[in-house]
Amino acid sequence: MSGAESAGPTRGDDGVDRAPVPDADVCVVGAGPAGALVADRLADDREVVVLDAGPRFDPADRLARQERSIRPSYDRPDVWDGGGERDAHANSGERFYPLNHARVKGVGGSTLHWQGMVMRLHEDDFNSGSARGVGPDWPIDYADLRPYYAEAERELGVAGASDNPYAPPREEPHPMPAFEPSHSDSLFAEACEELGIDMHSVPNARNSEAYDGRSACVGYGTCQPVCPAGAKYDATVHVERAEERGATVIDRAPVQRLEHDADRVTAAVYATPDGEEHRQTADAFVVACGGVETPRLLLMSDSEEYPDGLANSSGTVGKFFMDHLFAGVGGTLDEPTRQNHVGFYTSACDQFYDEADEAVGPFKLEFLNYAGPSPVEMALTGDDWGDDLLGRLRDGYGTHVAMGGLVEQLPRSDSYVTLHPDRTDDRGNPVPEIHWNVDERALRTIERANEIQRSVLEELGAEIEWVAGPDATGPAYHHMGTTRMSADPDAGVVDADCRTHDLDNCWIASSSVFPTGGAMNPTLTIAALALRVADDVREGL
Amino acid sequence: MELTRRDAAAALAALGATGGVALAARRSGRGNDSDAAGGADGEEDGSGDGGGDGGGTERPLDDAAVRASMAAVATVLYPEAVDGVEAFVDEFLDGRLDGSPHADGVRATAGEVDEAARDWYGAPVAELSEGDRDRLLRELGADTADEDPDGTLAERVRYYVVNELLLALYASPTGGELVGLENPQGHPGGTESYRRGPR
Repeated sequence: MSGAESAGPTRGDDGVDRAPVPDADVCVVGAGPAGALVADRLADDREVVVLDAGPRFDPADRLARQERSIRPSYDRPDVWDGGGERDAHANSGERFYPLNHARVKGVGGSTLHWQGMVMRLHEDDFNSGSARGVGPDWPIDYADLRPYYAEAERELGVAGASDNPYAPPREEPHPMPAFEPSHSDSLFAEACEELGIDMHSVPNARNSEAYDGRSACVGYGTCQPVCPAGAKYDATVHVERAEERGATVIDRAPVQRLEHDADRVTAAVYATPDGEEHRQTADAFVVACGGVETPRLLLMSDSEEYPDGLANSSGTVGKFFMDHLFAGVGGTLDEPTRQNHVGFYTSACDQFYDEADEAVGPFKLEFLNYAGPSPVEMALTGDDWGDDLLGRLRDGYGTHVAMGGLVEQLPRSDSYVTLHPDRTDDRGNPVPEIHWNVDERALRTIERANEIQRSVLEELGAEIEWVAGPDATGPAYHHMGTTRMSADPDAGVVDADCRTHDLDNCWIASSSVFPTGGAMNPTLTIAALALRVADDVREGL
Repeated sequence: MELTRRDAAAALAALGATGGVALAARRSGRGNDSDAAGGADGEEDGSGDGGGDGGGTERPLDDAAVRASMAAVATVLYPEAVDGVEAFVDEFLDGRLDGSPHADGVRATAGEVDEAARDWYGAPVAELSEGDRDRLLRELGADTADEDPDGTLAERVRYYVVNELLLALYASPTGGELVGLENPQGHPGGTESYRRGPR
């Protein structure tokens, strides 16, 4: 039987009780999509407590956060109150990694600001080593995850269609119909047909019709970084449901370390805003803090038993940090292209994805509906107003087109997350140091994606104005790989069930377990793995 | 093109009440943010501060005077093609002049603009000619300043007055249509228009 201890008062100045939960069965660290799904799945008949480092955001503030996203005086991290000493970090790799642009800390996690694209990984993504000749194979196959993918699509609410001949096999339609193609898509379609390039719909975790008590998309156009309508899925959906089912969610409670003996985690020690520390005990622990904070927490939980960090007998905690790389080409046409009505895209091309081999990785292509500047944002900068401003807006808006794409980065041991030796955060803990390096294959893949993108835009008759190639690429804000999954305890942190090799009662639900990243947005896979983790935790209790 | 009550309602639906919590703080902790240190952000300092130090000693305006000043400024900021500016601004401010810190900032900054108008032109901004209003705003530095709610007078005028009004217009359907975009960013205009071709 578990207990809980509290070192001081548990009701902070905001009146919220942040006391540990007595007799908890499961303690989940992190209230993002993975943690929320695990909690929701187990809360019916288990005592579940969720600890999150960030705050619980008031839904009533979403319009104001949207305004922040439009106004030029706010940076992206400001939209969800990120940054500052709490979120301090360091960079030491060949490429700068803008960590606080890439995450939201709080209840709901990074799904609060995500784009909401939810593709399944392809079958070969699970077998990169054997199918493509590079990288490790996952210890599970697409078939193992397939039923969980379907479940995850129902949980998140995915609008999609079965018109993609390159997608992995599925046995049932998406829960909602796909969003219809845009006018811009129709322009691309002619060029793609000419070039023999197939376009198809794209799955969105965004309601094309009312779903699960949430409204259909109303077209605010600010999906990333905030959906005021709640039509885009975010993990507060499952946090709230988990709470309705009896789970306790404690916000502003950063876990400082995981106490443990040789075989089990015994408590999560968390801080509260009043400066006190508390111990949350439980029978099982699920670490779901994403690809940066998860290894950081394990490394901060070092001990005599685990001098290199908790669950780090393999020495791989923090190693193999990966993201997806952006490849894109944009330009203008001599006709209206109707951009920026919505903040998501409606057509994609996966035709080249499975051509991946040792030399060129998988990549997907996107036909953007938000190419070029937003007139609203343009209006708020510049030294003109009145008719001059309107003239500038008319000149600047209306004829842009762009294609984007994501490219796989291979795992490499010199791309990693570790603890900075000197810098500390607002609690005196070492900040994460991101050492992000990118492999040559990824850069070649960007060039290949650019080649196709350029051919499409040229066929369209576009004047090409920018290319996001190997030198101008950036991360897609998908943190992966830092507690990789492997059947071999010497080669990875978690086993095929996402349970740590070292500790019997500790699971990791996160993209940090991905051995390779593929080139598909990771959240649907995170969700599917989280649902699978919940099953395994239940079995293990 | 007539700005209507629907436009004001739409601008409010887009921007809403000012949400004291969310708009009160700007760039929280950015001085400590490693991202900013890495050069990923734009320049931090406003470029135009010609309007003095904005010491905050000006008389606060009552809301009727705030509305009158904001409407007067809007006639300069908005293009000739739009009509119904005064009613639009009035309706928009119905929702914006609430009890939030942002609303207080609008009131205070509109008061400072009015004070400058009295000092430099001998009359409140609502009584100036359009040309003098335009000159006043430029002399305040609001044309070249980057918006900043905590900045110099120029930066605050840009934030609380100029961009407040430009945001209201260009996030509304009529403002969007002026540019050829019926559903501008921030306006919940549905999921039909993105599919339509140009009219």
